[in-house]
Amino acid sequence: MSSVETTPASAAPVVRKTTLNAVHRQMGAKMVDFNGWDMPVEYPGAIGCGIINEHMAVRTGVGIFDVSHMGDIRLAGPQALDAVQNISMNDASRLAIGQAQYSALLYPQGTFVDDVIVHRLSEDEYFLVINAGTREKDFNWVRDNTRQFNCTVENLSDDFTQIAIQGPRGVNTLQKLTDADLSKVKFYWVTRGTVCGLKNILIARTGYTAEDGFEIYIPTDEATSARVWNEILEAGKEFGVVPCGLGARNTLRLEGKLPLYGHEISDTINVWEAGLDRFCKMEKPEFIGRPALEKAKANVKRTLAGLEMIERGIARDGYKVLDSAGREIGYVTSGSPAPFLKKNIALAYVPLEFATDGTVLKVEIRGQGVGAKVVPTPFYKRPKKAA
Amino acid sequence: MAYPTDRKYTKEHEWIQPNGNTAAIGITDHAQESLGDIVFVELPKVGAELTSGKTFGTVESVKAVSDLFAPASGTVTEINGDLATSPEKVNKDAHGSWMIKISLKNPKELDSLLSSSDYDKFVAEEGGH
Repeated sequence: MSSVETTPASAAPVVRKTTLNAVHRQMGAKMVDFNGWDMPVEYPGAIGCGIINEHMAVRTGVGIFDVSHMGDIRLAGPQALDAVQNISMNDASRLAIGQAQYSALLYPQGTFVDDVIVHRLSEDEYFLVINAGTREKDFNWVRDNTRQFNCTVENLSDDFTQIAIQGPRGVNTLQKLTDADLSKVKFYWVTRGTVCGLKNILIARTGYTAEDGFEIYIPTDEATSARVWNEILEAGKEFGVVPCGLGARNTLRLEGKLPLYGHEISDTINVWEAGLDRFCKMEKPEFIGRPALEKAKANVKRTLAGLEMIERGIARDGYKVLDSAGREIGYVTSGSPAPFLKKNIALAYVPLEFATDGTVLKVEIRGQGVGAKVVPTPFYKRPKKAA
Repeated sequence: MAYPTDRKYTKEHEWIQPNGNTAAIGITDHAQESLGDIVFVELPKVGAELTSGKTFGTVESVKAVSDLFAPASGTVTEINGDLATSPEKVNKDAHGSWMIKISLKNPKELDSLLSSSDYDKFVAEEGGH
């Protein structure tokens, strides 16, 4: 038996570690190199974890993730808004203080530098959360393309231990540890409060699991990070909390059709192809990528489609998509068994004419065309909670 | 983990348990542990010819795809159909979950495979890399 991880790690000269690394290892997590970071992919079956259990905990209870490898950029000053507007495709002028939005940094061609969450922390202060694998590239891009504005740009990527508390019981878990009234924090809003005795902690109701949840930003000393991690696990016990690794993070975000850089979005894929139109505000003032996107709008040839396998087989990242006659028409960007939906699902770029719901296609798996059909996305949508 | 002594092992983490001129083949507990939740097992048909060292099937976890390598040459006489619907049985009991049975072409091929204690040592060394 020889094993191939379906999301290959990129070669990196130095393996970086989050402040929770020792905690993960102590818990017996299976570690992988993820974009140069030594990160847990899943926790051991012996303590009740494993990708499927971790995934299910987030859908039905609560799971916590170390996401300290994510990067952070702070823009502050009289022209911080103008700077953010110039480099991102969503309309940051619509953000109230304490509100956040999904957005993306674009190249002039209308393709992706990265996707980001933009938080407005105060009148002239914005906080961008970016991907681990693109930290340096993103920071340089932001700094270089905001020089004309009167604002400071700081790379705060190493300043926080970031923990995500995700799932319908995330709110109950975190509420036990903070004085902030979380019931008043809406999805994609932030607040500050004391968490585990630490004052003035940034608490955002955000995540990457297609579930309700929070992300907290705490100081990076190892002892504090470990203490908070363990206190959350303790507080969440009554809700069935489990620690979750990158494996579950990937299957959760895939069920929710949340893009992953290097897969659904990249420097060769534009906004229209990725289907992120609703986060791209063409009516706002000039921003990098807009002129190219205006031109590209009438010329979209491929789109990101959701596939569900209708024959026995699992589509994986990079597999070819074939039409019913066996002709190659596209490729899978992400594919996996979906633990909550109990189906084998995939996202794939295919020509528009093959992207209609119900279209029967094939995915080439080890030389064989295996049946799949186009289905509506997101595959999973969390139930709306009665207020 | 104590690996059963009634069988031989490969460096690709398969086990083969001989019974006269036939043998059962599966993957080791170490293999299931490193794969994680197993969700798919693809096996050859009865009558298929296996060549020692060549792939004969695939096992997939949520995260990974792995080829299965034949520990010995022979003809498939039986497949464990249970694993098509309950692949997680391999996680629960890897050494009790045979995948295929074959009639051995040359039982002597097993002599060159790892013993239980050799495999144990091999896994310990591999784990240290």
